[in-house]
Amino acid sequence: MQLDNLYQEIILDHYRSPHHSGLADPYDVEVHHVNPSCGDEVTLRVELDGDTVKGVTHSSVGCSISQAATSVMSDLVIGKPVSEGMATYEKFLELMQGRGNVEPDEEVLEDGVAFAGVAQFPARVKCALLGWSAWRDATAQALATQGAANEGVKNA
Amino acid sequence: MTDARTFSSPLDLQSVRADFPILSRELAGGFPLVYLDSANSSQKPRQVVQAIEDHYLKHNANVARAMHQLGAEATAAYEGGRDKVAAFIGAPSRDEIVFTKNASEALNLAAHTLGASLKPGDVVVVSEMEHHSNIVPWQLACERTGATLKWFGVTEDGRLDLSNIDELLTEQTKVVALTWVSNALGTINPISDIAAKAHAVGATVVVDASQAVPQFPVDVSTLGADLLAFTGHKVVGPTGIGVLWGRYDLLASLPPFLGGGEMIEIVRMTGSTYAAPPARFEAGTPPIAQAVGLGAAVDYLSGIGMDKIAAHEHAIVEYALEGLKTVPGLKVLGPTDAADHGGAISFALDGVHPHDVSTVLDTRGIAVRAGHHCARPVHERFGMQSSTRASFYLYTTPEEIEALVDGLEFVRKYFKVD
Repeated sequence: MQLDNLYQEIILDHYRSPHHSGLADPYDVEVHHVNPSCGDEVTLRVELDGDTVKGVTHSSVGCSISQAATSVMSDLVIGKPVSEGMATYEKFLELMQGRGNVEPDEEVLEDGVAFAGVAQFPARVKCALLGWSAWRDATAQALATQGAANEGVKNA
Repeated sequence: MTDARTFSSPLDLQSVRADFPILSRELAGGFPLVYLDSANSSQKPRQVVQAIEDHYLKHNANVARAMHQLGAEATAAYEGGRDKVAAFIGAPSRDEIVFTKNASEALNLAAHTLGASLKPGDVVVVSEMEHHSNIVPWQLACERTGATLKWFGVTEDGRLDLSNIDELLTEQTKVVALTWVSNALGTINPISDIAAKAHAVGATVVVDASQAVPQFPVDVSTLGADLLAFTGHKVVGPTGIGVLWGRYDLLASLPPFLGGGEMIEIVRMTGSTYAAPPARFEAGTPPIAQAVGLGAAVDYLSGIGMDKIAAHEHAIVEYALEGLKTVPGLKVLGPTDAADHGGAISFALDGVHPHDVSTVLDTRGIAVRAGHHCARPVHERFGMQSSTRASFYLYTTPEEIEALVDGLEFVRKYFKVD
């Protein structure tokens, strides 16, 4: 249980000045996710451009891990195709669930590798995943809305 | 920094702690366990664990319905637990003790059965400092029946705001459900005074005593409550058992809660009649070994003396409040003096989120709770999303309080707040 493994300087930097923090317009979908067991809350907005993530902004209350993870997540998915963002999530999830036995892929996870130590603190894994779950939910909703709209165009 | 303070307790802490083997555990990094999370769940003395083991290894069978010798022994052991609990809280009759699976189920039982006679226009009164388990069941009961939920607010210093009590308690008020001791603020509420006013308007008084029964002597025969709930695992007993005490005539007037075996009188395909309390509210195989364990737990606490335990809690809380005052940037939620203060103190530390506080303390062997402690509304009341909570019990030492205070200094240094 090495504290410095958990609180990497990168994490504390993101915590002190989170990227893409502050809800911005325009957006397609806004979601609000909570960790009921601890009370962390995140409000997150997603704007898609076709199947590319054009923008992600968020406003959250929570611990250093959840705030920093949401900040890093935003950096990782903005400007990328949705499918790539989802694949990055899978990699991040694998790292979080690896109990410290998964070697993080820096090519894919970038600053996200700093969270490798979180996997050794099982109680904190859900903190690191909160922002991701909000983004995945908002993006899925945005895609569904897009699909329905396209459907509407075809039907017209 | 704490050496100027004095501490005096009527308990022989060394001999108490010897009964709780877990307290001598060493955690990662060679740190001794400093368990400051007893309001969440207390540790168990050897005597309780041995009673449960003895029951399972020598007397195990189902109760009541099993007609053989072991069945009789198990029944006697289970009902013996009921006798002990009744005596422990001053219940006039053993039939006033209903065993549930926890305090939440006991409160749900109360909300369901009292809720059966609620109707639109009726009012249920709770408070802003309740645990979620004494809010949500009443919200559900009001949704089902069209009754209205109202609540006492909380004053700036963390006491129940009774300034509008005459508006809240009217002839429309059918139920007043209040916590005796706040699990988040530690506030001890004046239950008897409020109960008298509630009874004057004809309301039934339900008390969540989850944090009260572990802390000080309880006598339901003089309290003024009509129903009272608590849980086994916070009184050095096992998980899986809770208690609902109720005035017998009230219990006898209430409809069943869960249906099933043992709660019936006669079952016909066209309809059934129900057993008298407490069996009416104990459908299915009950928590038998847990009742044995709970009986051993209250015996253990009685052996030490609840008055002594209360005096120890008071001394520890006073010592902790003094110690926490020395930590810069620390703000205690709720009352900051030890008078009418239960054994839990929640606080915020400037610049560090409670989860981070608790993780850093944990790496030093110090177990506290971080979050909203199932009391989100009272955190919202104070403009907070969560807090860190340290809670104490009969085995908590002043040295552990000092470890907490030193640990908090370390947290501040680690997160570079100043």
